[in-house]
Amino acid sequence: MTTPARKPAPNGDPAAYRDALVARAQAIFDDLNFGEARRWKEAEPGRKVVGYLPIYVPRELIHAANALPLGIVGGGDAIEVIHGDAYYQSYICRIPRSTIELGVSGRLDFVDGMLFPSICDVIRNLSGMWKIMFPHVYSRYFDVPQNYEDAVGGNYYIAELAELREDLERVTGTKITDEALNNSIAVYNENRRLVRDLYALRAKVPWKAPAPEIFLILRAGLVLPVEEHSEMLRGYIAAAEAAEDRSLRDNSRVVLSGMFCEQPPLNLIKSLELAGCYVVDDDLLLVTRWLIDDVPTDGDPLANLAAAFLHHSESTSSKYEPDQAEKGKYLIAAVKRSGADGVIFAAPSFCDPALLERPMLQNVLRDADIPFIAFKYAENSGQMQPIREQAGTFSDAIKLWSGA
Amino acid sequence: MTQPTARPSPAKPPIAEAEKDASMLKQKAMMAAHYDRLADAPETGAKVCSTFVPGNLNELVMCFDLINNLPEVNAIQSGLRRKSGAYVLEAEKQGHSDDVCTYVKSDIGMMAKGNIGPNGRKMPDPDVLLLSYTGCFTFLKWFELLREQYKCPTIMLHTPYQGDGKITPNMVQYMVRQLKESVIPKLEEVSGVKFDIDRLREYLKKSAEAEDDLVAVLKSARHKPSPIDAFFGGIYYIGPIFGAFRGTDDAIQYYQFLRSEVEERIAKGEGPVTPEGPMQDQRYRLVVEGPPNYTSFRQFWKMFYDEGAVVVASSYSKVGGTYDFGFRHDPDRPLETLAEYCLGVYTNRSLPMRVDMLCDYIEEYEADGLLINSIKSCNSFSAGQLLIMREVERRTGKPAAFIETDLVDPRYFSPANVKNRLESYFQMVEQKRSGTRRKEVAA
Repeated sequence: MTTPARKPAPNGDPAAYRDALVARAQAIFDDLNFGEARRWKEAEPGRKVVGYLPIYVPRELIHAANALPLGIVGGGDAIEVIHGDAYYQSYICRIPRSTIELGVSGRLDFVDGMLFPSICDVIRNLSGMWKIMFPHVYSRYFDVPQNYEDAVGGNYYIAELAELREDLERVTGTKITDEALNNSIAVYNENRRLVRDLYALRAKVPWKAPAPEIFLILRAGLVLPVEEHSEMLRGYIAAAEAAEDRSLRDNSRVVLSGMFCEQPPLNLIKSLELAGCYVVDDDLLLVTRWLIDDVPTDGDPLANLAAAFLHHSESTSSKYEPDQAEKGKYLIAAVKRSGADGVIFAAPSFCDPALLERPMLQNVLRDADIPFIAFKYAENSGQMQPIREQAGTFSDAIKLWSGA
Repeated sequence: MTQPTARPSPAKPPIAEAEKDASMLKQKAMMAAHYDRLADAPETGAKVCSTFVPGNLNELVMCFDLINNLPEVNAIQSGLRRKSGAYVLEAEKQGHSDDVCTYVKSDIGMMAKGNIGPNGRKMPDPDVLLLSYTGCFTFLKWFELLREQYKCPTIMLHTPYQGDGKITPNMVQYMVRQLKESVIPKLEEVSGVKFDIDRLREYLKKSAEAEDDLVAVLKSARHKPSPIDAFFGGIYYIGPIFGAFRGTDDAIQYYQFLRSEVEERIAKGEGPVTPEGPMQDQRYRLVVEGPPNYTSFRQFWKMFYDEGAVVVASSYSKVGGTYDFGFRHDPDRPLETLAEYCLGVYTNRSLPMRVDMLCDYIEEYEADGLLINSIKSCNSFSAGQLLIMREVERRTGKPAAFIETDLVDPRYFSPANVKNRLESYFQMVEQKRSGTRRKEVAA
């Protein structure tokens, strides 16, 4: 299936339309009370909202229950964490404490269920904390297989999906039929195709689709209904491509790696581009493109989702790589696909998956002669000057010495 | 000009040799023999399988004539011998983050510095890495890192997490399928030994026998005075069964011996043997959550026994199996029982389950309260412990306290801070007691 024709920019001013979409995405990003999701819920009685944390949950199941999947990626740098810090030692990353802050402060009081995917021990344990702290909210640790054989990991995953389906039916009061689920898969296939188009556009003309805008547009997809987000994607892609108000700079092209869970401050992404790095690929908000091919929309939807997870999903450090020869090749592929000059490893402090994976990825890059730098951040990092200097030096070095 | 007279430095008192139970000496000999077997492997031709303590499938490993090597135990040995600090630094020099698990970095640093084991001999390269992924995300990355170094076959066995506080049939089936279709065929391939399920049954039978005696030892702490310390002493008690001896005659004999030693102490009304001799005075009975610090193990323990604090139950002594809740390896269901064993280990239990367990321990062992030793390295244990503390306090009405150290990184053991906190905690227990007494008198 091909992506339908892109929506033309209204009123003939693509730059203005693009900016309006980005402004809306920025407003959604800034709203720590999730007003868009609240309004969606209030619009019709009986509507339910199910939250999920990084990296991946099958949002199709929530959608098929007529509920709204709500992506929760911490509180960023705008939230004052008062209660959340009391639950964590200094050596635990930021995302769980600001997520608890969101919960304790009532910002998630409209959420009917929470899913905590298998990513690391901190998010795993947060699932149990949620059960204790919010006993009236449905919460589930969403486990995924680390065995990728259909008859082994596949069967296990299908049964897990079936359990989740039953749970969601109970929470929402809506029967999830195969037909509804296949329809939801089609809707998300479309959304993922558009996200891939967006990434392809940025890799092609990064000055027209800068990384901070891509990030905001994707973030909006964690809150908006998927159909509305697809409209936003269509509109942004068309407008950004058509707009002629931005020109190419003498920047280097980089891939960002390590940002798949706790999100960097928006200012950090802006700083990288200001420092002379076009971000042409990244692992931000992987849920938006976790399944890399269309999932079949006929037949057994759970089996199809399972097969997609096992055989057609992104690689990242929270997944086991059974074949040593393939270890880290996903990053090389991202560099090649996007025509990048180098990689910036940016990991949240105390992030086990990203920081344990990093030395292996760096070895793979060394073997491939791809330059890289590394630093750490927190979602509330405020001081960008050191990062800007490091990224600027990296960009200059690439410009001066690459291919020499 | 006259030379200044050198001031004589005060003579340091010699560090007294730690006193040990007969069982500790027996275990020391067992461990020495095991490390020699490992070191001899290149000459004997024996093949080596590295795996982890939680989810350790020793019975299965032995079915293929493989020698079990546990990198966590090697890191502990490095910590106890004060070598881990240099190993951790070496790994960080290689580019490993200062934020991540120090077991991993101790292991990687030890490799970089010649891979010398606790017996002073070179550890063999593993022939296979059995990635038993149970209750700890870091395991997954640890063995990917080792695979990169050793370039040997790596077998994944994924244990699902008990997020909803129960073991479901789907979880067990998934694990049994992995064992049948992946783990066992690959172990056959690496070892050249055909799998014999009856051999596995025999080992499992032996495991269950030793497990009965271990549980009797752990439960002995219900006595007053407690004949054991279930945390500091507990680390010795779990050594053979969590390590390379479960399923062997050696383990059966060790646990029979240990049990009789403990029963003798009960009969005599004696406490556990500390490094400075038998513990006479038991003023505080504690439940401890979290692992110990190994780099200053003896100093850490001393802070407890000097104050008359004995640990009557601990969660750390359940990381390699929760036998005290009734689990026994079952030879009649050999593969299912291996799955259920992995699923049941402490760090694979949800946070609410852990809270229940600690509350039950406080009641069962009539403890004065809960002490949490939070470990920088271990998010599996540590993330959520502050909520655990609140919940246990709320539900039991007993005081809880929190200290922070690390497993094998000496930089994170601050004796003065730990001691201060412990002393404050013991005062808190006293206040709670006197408050209770006042209420009783008033009533």
